[in-house]
Amino acid sequence: MNSIRNKLILVSAMALGLFTLSAQGQNALDNIQKSKLIKIAIPTDFPPYGFVGTDLQPKGLDIDMANLIGAKLGAKVELLPVTSANRIPYLQTKKADLVISTLGKNAEREKVIDFAAAYSPYFQAVFAPKSMTVKSFSDLAGKTVAVTRGAMEDQDLTMVAPSSVEIRRFEDNNATVAAFVSGQTQMIATGASVAGNLIQQNPQLNAEYKLLLKDSPNFIGVAKGEDSLRTKVNEIVSAAKKSGELEKLAQKWLGRGAGNLPD
Amino acid sequence: MAIEFDFLSVVQEWPLLAKGFLLSLAMIALSGVLGILLGVIISWAKTLERPFINFLTSTYIELLRNTPFIVQLFFLFFALPSLGVKLSPLTASMLAMSINLSAYSAEILRAGIESIPSGQVRAGQSLGMTQHQIFKCIVLPQAFKNTWPALVSQVVIVMLGSAVCAQISTEELSYAANLIQGRNFRAFEAFFVATLLYLVMSIFVRFCLDHFISKLIFRGPRG
Repeated sequence: MNSIRNKLILVSAMALGLFTLSAQGQNALDNIQKSKLIKIAIPTDFPPYGFVGTDLQPKGLDIDMANLIGAKLGAKVELLPVTSANRIPYLQTKKADLVISTLGKNAEREKVIDFAAAYSPYFQAVFAPKSMTVKSFSDLAGKTVAVTRGAMEDQDLTMVAPSSVEIRRFEDNNATVAAFVSGQTQMIATGASVAGNLIQQNPQLNAEYKLLLKDSPNFIGVAKGEDSLRTKVNEIVSAAKKSGELEKLAQKWLGRGAGNLPD
Repeated sequence: MAIEFDFLSVVQEWPLLAKGFLLSLAMIALSGVLGILLGVIISWAKTLERPFINFLTSTYIELLRNTPFIVQLFFLFFALPSLGVKLSPLTASMLAMSINLSAYSAEILRAGIESIPSGQVRAGQSLGMTQHQIFKCIVLPQAFKNTWPALVSQVVIVMLGSAVCAQISTEELSYAANLIQGRNFRAFEAFFVATLLYLVMSIFVRFCLDHFISKLIFRGPRG
């Protein structure tokens, strides 16, 4: 009886093994627990979520979150700096186990990666000088807007903006900000944190918040099919939410509460 | 680990790719002409052998040949506005390509000019030709002929280098590829298609330069 059951288990395990092999192999969690090392993709051009401090070490909300997850998993954290444009390829090619890089959730991304729980608040908007009247998206007509290619605000803006808006897409946030600050574009569509920094450092621009593109909390990205890792990360995040650690992180870096984060 | 390829999702964005391809071609067509023309002027100025002009042209050439193209591009696009000069992404790209090409082609042509035996110049003088006539009718066509393969290579190098113009949001071919992979995350497919298109573009440009443009400038390819 027992041996038949064992054989059945063996056969189904083999079938499962074959299946998972063809579908990328689900073993990230095992690997992490075995090697005591977790590779997490983080931003370094996205203060206060991720930036390089005066000691040349990455710091910010996302880095704290990465370290929190590493500590809870009992693994050493290897931080991989990524840009908005290449963070998803890092997951797809398994260069990173997790992406904690102000990653918003949308249908296109869900096709290629999986999302664990949300861990911090975020929103994207269009910003422009005070002297410019922008009340609705139709007011954008005929103007130039800088945006970071591949970022969520790019997709949202492309969808809602009238066709006469000239959307100029740049490789990373630094270039996008530089284009707006140097006057190469009239407006900028970006996240609240980038805009906050930009407004603080360039008071002469008189830039202000104009139009909301999207309220999009940040999620932790996991490679497609890594369900055991995703479940584990979800447990850690929900525990951190209960214990108030997420709230503390948001207060520390964003100067405001975490708000209502979806699970 | 099995990766499934999905070229369809890239190919169906062909209008973007076609627009990028054509813009890249147009950029090199215009900046190729401008760059080589400027290169001719600089190499001609060098033959005058006036110390001050020599100093100016050498500074120009060394400055452009010893700094990265992308830095020159960023300077034109991001730094000039603070001096009150605002260039559109396309203008900045083509200007950067033109001046970059001009510095290299000036040096290539200088080698070509120096390869002309001085006896030919003296022969021209003894026939009563002016300096200008000697340069235009004797020296320059032969200099072009002797250095044409190097010039063609340089044009193709600048054309391929123009891929970085996507960084300042010029909507050329690599911008299109980046945009497509930013939308559907098909990085391999998008860049594979872009690679093929760049290959086609290079071969096409080389062919045109070797078979048509060369005939316009010095009647036929080298040899």
